[in-house]
Amino acid sequence: MADQTTNSVAFVADGNIPESPPPANETGVVKWLRDNLFSGVTNSILTILALVLIYLLLKNTLPWILNGVWNANSLAECREILAGRTGACFAVLTERWPQLIYGFKYPVDAYWRPNVAFVLMLIALAPVLFFDLPRKLLIITAVYPFVAFWLIWGGTILVPVVALLGCVAGGFVFQKAGKNSFAAGFFGAIVAALVVWQAGGWLIPEGASENAWLTAVPSRDLGGYMLNMMLGLTCVSLSLPLGIALALGRQSRMPLIKWISVVFIEFVRGVPLITLLFVASVMLAYFFPPESTVDLFLRVVIMITMFSSAYIAEVIRGGLAALPRGQYEAADSLGLDYPQAMRLIILPQAMKISIPGIVNVAVGLFKDTTLVSVISMFDLVGMIRGPILASTEWNGVYWELWGFAALVFFVVCYGISQYSQWLERRLATDHH
Amino acid sequence: MKKTVFLGAFTVAGLAAVAASAGTMDDVKARGKLNCGVTTGLVGFAAPDANGEWKGFDVAVCRAVAAAVLGDASAVEFVPTTGKTRFTALASGEIDMLARNTTWTFSRDVDLKFEFTGVNYYDGQGFMVPKDLGVSSAKELDGATVCIQTGTTTELNLADFFRSNNISYEPVPIETNAEAQQQYLAGACDVYTTDASGLAATRATFENPGDHVLLPEIISKEPLGPLVRHGDHEWGDVVRWTLNALISAEELGITSANIGEMSAGTNNPEINRILGTEGTLGEMLGLDAEWSKRAVAAGGNYGEIFAQNIGEETPIGLARGLNAQWTEGGLLYSPPFR
Repeated sequence: MADQTTNSVAFVADGNIPESPPPANETGVVKWLRDNLFSGVTNSILTILALVLIYLLLKNTLPWILNGVWNANSLAECREILAGRTGACFAVLTERWPQLIYGFKYPVDAYWRPNVAFVLMLIALAPVLFFDLPRKLLIITAVYPFVAFWLIWGGTILVPVVALLGCVAGGFVFQKAGKNSFAAGFFGAIVAALVVWQAGGWLIPEGASENAWLTAVPSRDLGGYMLNMMLGLTCVSLSLPLGIALALGRQSRMPLIKWISVVFIEFVRGVPLITLLFVASVMLAYFFPPESTVDLFLRVVIMITMFSSAYIAEVIRGGLAALPRGQYEAADSLGLDYPQAMRLIILPQAMKISIPGIVNVAVGLFKDTTLVSVISMFDLVGMIRGPILASTEWNGVYWELWGFAALVFFVVCYGISQYSQWLERRLATDHH
Repeated sequence: MKKTVFLGAFTVAGLAAVAASAGTMDDVKARGKLNCGVTTGLVGFAAPDANGEWKGFDVAVCRAVAAAVLGDASAVEFVPTTGKTRFTALASGEIDMLARNTTWTFSRDVDLKFEFTGVNYYDGQGFMVPKDLGVSSAKELDGATVCIQTGTTTELNLADFFRSNNISYEPVPIETNAEAQQQYLAGACDVYTTDASGLAATRATFENPGDHVLLPEIISKEPLGPLVRHGDHEWGDVVRWTLNALISAEELGITSANIGEMSAGTNNPEINRILGTEGTLGEMLGLDAEWSKRAVAAGGNYGEIFAQNIGEETPIGLARGLNAQWTEGGLLYSPPFR
């Protein structure tokens, strides 16, 4: 029995049992697969279907991409090289690369100019987009439009210099006169700028652009993706301030300003962009004499800017409407006047609310720049639809060209969207 | 400066509108450049090549006119126009002439106030079918699905043709030629119909052009030609006779190769009149004596231009057909130079 008593307790643990790994089903890849892909009958079926779909997609596209021909002079040559295999003819992209990027008339020896303008653009945009950077960098941003104009269009440097001086004069007058009265500063600035421009116009000698260091390039010769970028950037940056002004104008208590804003917004928003572009390219030519028309690029910029500023105005009005009434009253009770209240209290909050909407308009606008191809400007889409597909060498290449166009637009638009999400996170002041 | 131009443009508009009507020829000479409207791109007829140089059958007409008027075939500003902007561009004076495979029709000539200065290509609507279909005539197409561009005269022509032959068809409406190519190749339609020159150019881009045939029926008349604004007859004459000079040059055997030799004088008085060694034809037009010599020298005679851009040696491979000289059974018939 004694044995029995000693053995009555079969096992006494005198320490922790060593940790063993979790069951194979509950760890690593298997668990992840079970949880995420095969967590039930329906999900398992869906997973398998998705895998089959991905397989089919890759099976058909991968050989096409991997077999792609990058060096050939025509579609026929591509087909010869492929000799019956499936494969893309990316050679069209390499052969027509300069045309896709710069258009077909931009002087070849001047390609470096848009390139430099592009790099400078990144530098000039940085302090605007990322406001943690030193504020002094904004000087570069302010000068950039004039430098870029000079680089891309060439001609005499006096034109951008006079334009810059006009803006500086306007800004100076605004600083001086605007302290007491916003209106005096505003209109004084416009008058000062016009005076400087007019005077500069007389001073610049006739034909100064002819022997300039950078050969002058007329607007008609711009094209390719460069044109999309230029239109997109110019119109977004112009339509944002204009949209803010229109949104505030629409809320104004002054009937004239209010009604001008309302009529403008409602009219422009009620008209398709393509109609405005046709007006810009076709109808305006009837009103101007054949020799002294306003530059086509400028006409298109005006129309697209009008169009998108009306949309941005409505987006910002939404932001303004979302602010509680107390914010306006708080500003008033601090004794701030209208410009101060708007600048310091109302707009920063309203703009933050409007970011997704503004980005939405900006992305839409950037893609809408391809519409200029219907008024025979050769942007990226215009180049593909017109000269490249109409050349005897490349007629019949569709997937490669349109895929490329989709890709470059996606890169930029996705970039804009990612930036806006970063901006929203960065500006979030509410506490969770 | 640009701003001044911008502000002044409104006020100057009224004054200059008067000045602009002084005469297109004077404007062109003063400018030193011919503004010529072309397509934004049509295979063989007008498209810039990899170097940005405009090339094509319509482009050659522009160059010939520039050579005749300005003495320089490269003094042309090509203004690309779409089907929608071409007429306003011409009417507003943005371009001096339009050479954009435009069909000469009554309403365009009369109602839109333009003047067609001749025909440089006789086109017509045709049909393309896959060889496998085993069809040899459009009249056997009963019940076929037909890819057709919407909103064009081809749509109406098609309906007329099938109705008058008492056969039925099912239209597959498409928007552009590019879309049509894809639809047709994908088998969404049995037949593709558009202008015969367009069909040939489209077929030339297929991977296996031999698998498709053009049916012999041509069901419409599409005379394509350059046009100018109504009312400026001096300028219209210049464009008309430049085109005629190209056609006559082929008829008389003047080519870009032998033109130097022939302009030394021949025993054919008409050749001499064209090349300016006899008579005062150039003076009558308001140009110098060698205008048509330069026009022909610019890109060759009509036949050479045709062969170079759209002829059988090119990938497009169009036969002369209706566009042969009248002496060879075609329709090209230039009035005499005398």
